[in-house]
Amino acid sequence: MTRSNIALLVLIAAVAALPLFGGAYALRLGTIACLYAVLALSWNVVGGLAGYPSFATAAFFGYGAYAAGVLLGHGWPLWAAVASAMLSAFVAAAALGAVLLRLRGHYFAIASLSLAEVLRELVNNATDLTGGGMGLNIPLASGAGIMAEATFFFFAMWGVLLATALMAIIVGGSKLGFALACIRQNETASSMVGLNTTLYKAAAFGLSACFVSAAGGIYAAWVHYIDPSDVFDILYSVKPIVMALMGGLGSPLGVACGAFLYLGLEEVVWRNYIQIHTGVLGLLIVLLLLFLPHGLSSLRPDRLWRRAKHV
Amino acid sequence: MQAAQILINALVLGCLYACIAIGFSLVWGVLNVINLIHGSFIVLGAYLAFGLYNALHIPPWYAVIVAAPLFFVLGYLLQRLILNRVITAPVLVTLTLTFGLDLILNNAMIYVFKADYRKLTLTPSLGSASIFDVVVPVDRLIATAAALALTGLLYLLLRRSRIGRAIVAVRLDRDAAVLMGVNVPSIYAIAFGLGAALAGCAGVLMALIFPISPLTSSAYLGKAFVVCVLGGLGSVSGALAGGLLLALVEGVGSTFLGPSHATTLSFVLLIVFLVLRPQGLVGRKGFE
Repeated sequence: MTRSNIALLVLIAAVAALPLFGGAYALRLGTIACLYAVLALSWNVVGGLAGYPSFATAAFFGYGAYAAGVLLGHGWPLWAAVASAMLSAFVAAAALGAVLLRLRGHYFAIASLSLAEVLRELVNNATDLTGGGMGLNIPLASGAGIMAEATFFFFAMWGVLLATALMAIIVGGSKLGFALACIRQNETASSMVGLNTTLYKAAAFGLSACFVSAAGGIYAAWVHYIDPSDVFDILYSVKPIVMALMGGLGSPLGVACGAFLYLGLEEVVWRNYIQIHTGVLGLLIVLLLLFLPHGLSSLRPDRLWRRAKHV
Repeated sequence: MQAAQILINALVLGCLYACIAIGFSLVWGVLNVINLIHGSFIVLGAYLAFGLYNALHIPPWYAVIVAAPLFFVLGYLLQRLILNRVITAPVLVTLTLTFGLDLILNNAMIYVFKADYRKLTLTPSLGSASIFDVVVPVDRLIATAAALALTGLLYLLLRRSRIGRAIVAVRLDRDAAVLMGVNVPSIYAIAFGLGAALAGCAGVLMALIFPISPLTSSAYLGKAFVVCVLGGLGSVSGALAGGLLLALVEGVGSTFLGPSHATTLSFVLLIVFLVLRPQGLVGRKGFE
């Protein structure tokens, strides 16, 4: 267990203390913070470790939301609905990944981007099952009261975050993480020395999809109403990338910090510039990529010190 | 007779799709950048045509002459000032950067023009032409002819002009082009400017036919993607072939399966092509 992984677990434990401090707003913010961190950490397994520019996060988020939502509508308990969404997402994504991950670079990016479009169209057209464009109402869990329910969903999302972080740490330290790093460095060479690259890439894609769809399932139960344009929003694919870039690609701690920081920025921007919030997000992306390509870790104080000395 | 009508519709729509995709394909092929601003450029071009017609009564087929230089300068500056700084970075960075730029442009358009759908209505209307039972609106025919003319113009430019040959040379082998004395950053900026100009012109033509709204930009971008992959990256004829194929598949699909499945069908086609034939129908290394 490295120092940064311990710091990550401490950070997540600190988030769990949130209900002690605030009311409904803090809980809502905390739930979204956990959701974002789950998306960013899951993206990092494919995008950060293996270096594949995946834009499929929205597809799996929407898939999880709809799979769990439909099952909840049939009277399944929450844990069972989310668990089956996870399991089916893992299987489907690993199978899809084995095909899609043969593509590289731009082609993979486009193929993963279009996954969300395809799923959105399918959901839109399967009106009997999903309500189509009208959206899907998800029954209220219980009459336990607003605060109790908010606390419950906060801890549910937090639990998914903890599981995702443990997954990220385990993957990072395992043979799978090592293989993914090799693939990022030089895929052809890795397969030449006998690495089964297809197997590892598919496993990474599946794992990523599995936790993203768990977050989607909890999200659906939390907001009680989902519609295709909401849960298959392309921004769900792009935001995790921005978070990972902000915190620094590859390291789970950096990515989680990036997610929390991003949420903070988004809250400030949303509140003050509601009309132009996507434009400000775009500006943030451009500035980040032009001036801080390695995320906020390129702002290390010792570097500033060194630069000052040379002047 | 229904088959003839589907075929004619596909032919008309296919040329327009090619026009949407060709600037995108040029930028992707030469700069190796997926230009996600393309859709918003098209919508901006449509607004330009809308404004010119309503304010000065300049019909869209003349507005192309205004749009082309304007968008060229816009694209040139954008590449020089912003995109050129990350041009050697991994795919993820260039892709995310153009996405950020698109968010800015699109949000600005929603802020300025609002998200309402508008329509450029020509007065008097041009009516429609019909041969036997096959009916085509005249404005569509004009837009198709203009789209074909633009495509042909780009082909000639790449084939005959000095700059065009330099663009093809950079696309074929960047390092060799440098050794032959080609100023690569300048060629990159010119290619991006050309891509933007083509997007603007495509937008002007789209204004003639389709409703205008900032929200339609992602649909145009999606079409450009699919056409590029179907036709094969990096050729004018590829964009034409891809556009025609997509229009045909959409037309046949929406006739037999219903219009709500057209998008799914085109994306399924995209995935199939990506996996089985990523070089597209007529893909090859040179760009002409």
